[in-house]
Amino acid sequence: MSSGTTGSFPVKRGLAEMLSGGVIMDVVTPDQAKIAEDAGACAVMALERVPADIRRDGGVARMSDPDMIDGIKEAVTIPVMAKVRIGHFVEAQIIQDLGVDFIDESEVLTPADEAHHIDKFKFDVPFVCGATNLGEALRRIAEGAAMIRSKGEAGTGNIVEAVRHLRSILGDIRKVGQADSAELFDWAKKLQAPLPLVQELAETGALPVPLFCAGGIATPADAALAMQLGAQAVFVGSGIFKSDEPERRARAIVEATTHYNDPSVLAKVSRGLGAPMTGIGMDEINQRYAERGW
Amino acid sequence: MNVGVLALQGAYHAHVRTLRSLGVSATEIRKPADLDGLSGVILPGGESTTMSMLLDSSGLRQPLTELGNSGVAMLGTCAGLIMLASRIADGRDDQLPLGLLDVDVQRNGYGRQLDSFECELDVDINGMQRMHGVFIRAPKITRIGQGVRVLAALDGIPVLVEHGVCLGASFHPELGNSTLVHRHFLQLAEASAPATTPPLTHLGSR
Repeated sequence: MSSGTTGSFPVKRGLAEMLSGGVIMDVVTPDQAKIAEDAGACAVMALERVPADIRRDGGVARMSDPDMIDGIKEAVTIPVMAKVRIGHFVEAQIIQDLGVDFIDESEVLTPADEAHHIDKFKFDVPFVCGATNLGEALRRIAEGAAMIRSKGEAGTGNIVEAVRHLRSILGDIRKVGQADSAELFDWAKKLQAPLPLVQELAETGALPVPLFCAGGIATPADAALAMQLGAQAVFVGSGIFKSDEPERRARAIVEATTHYNDPSVLAKVSRGLGAPMTGIGMDEINQRYAERGW
Repeated sequence: MNVGVLALQGAYHAHVRTLRSLGVSATEIRKPADLDGLSGVILPGGESTTMSMLLDSSGLRQPLTELGNSGVAMLGTCAGLIMLASRIADGRDDQLPLGLLDVDVQRNGYGRQLDSFECELDVDINGMQRMHGVFIRAPKITRIGQGVRVLAALDGIPVLVEHGVCLGASFHPELGNSTLVHRHFLQLAEASAPATTPPLTHLGSR
């Protein structure tokens, strides 16, 4: 493309900024992708099984079939994301080659490496990674992530973990913002994060990349809760296509994400949506995806 | 002076930050009442299909169009440019532009994310000036109407255009360090603002 520079960090982070205030929806077929786009999704996440099904079926969850990703790319005009396993840089090479717009190095898939995440600076495509706390978020940013999403607990339809992770990340950002320069060395040690990133955070009062929320959003109120807590946008996985009326729910969650501070709009869009996904309590699950990643 | 930033979806925070750094008060627009008393409106980057749907559901489409037609300054960046345009190629059938800036645009005309790029641009604002441009899945301007002035071009294709008090950019002036485009927009807004608005005196060069 002309004389421009592609694949640079500002260009990667730029797309993350464009997705702000929006809803990124998990889809498993081109038809679902169209429903998501019709409902106002700002991007779709192409995957073979939504997290609730991965949780139910068990086994090893891997990147999707390239044919399936191509089908979804052709079905919609909005950005398409796809997931790769933590540390599986070859899956990432393949997904980048398919021309996908964003890669999610995701704990929802079975990790390929129990010590190392992908060196994301080696890629031209931007990456999003999950985090449960500020240290994890800064380590992923140090590896080149252009967006952070709080992990929550995917496939549960239960917002409690997403709230825990968002509060942990944003609460610690506020605390670092209050720290003096000597205390920042201790914060870097406690967070196990690079000192320059901690110092930058203290100066700006925000992560250097957008912070989105994922894992357990099932209702318009859940999406608005994440936004009011300070997320810049939301990912909805199983919450839409595991509900009774995906079209209406998807649209309602989009509107709730925009009008997150307006209870009368939230009340209006929360009506008549049919049953949400059933959801499960944290004491009923035997595998916490949020614990994957290091 | 109070400038509104359409906050339905997209990079509206970046525009609000830029405006506030210039000492201008910024209102996030999500409903028709938010349009009251604005001297200018910025339509940010984001997903134009999402914004188009939310313009309708929020009841903003008609009042925003009327505001533009009444001569209030408008700045559209990326998806915001698509919203301002006369015609959209490669959009969705139900995606209607506001028709406030007489240009045709091709959605994702510069390609997908892997083709997104940054470069230096020569911008014709108070003489030729250099600024950094970030292009994200950018729309391509394929036609400009009569009287539309090209303020910057890349490989002969317009990327920043002006018509009256309406400005459109294929790229993201809100993502770089330069406030050139915003300062120019604020001058247009000031010129178009009601006479009761106190004059802007604090817009130094940055």
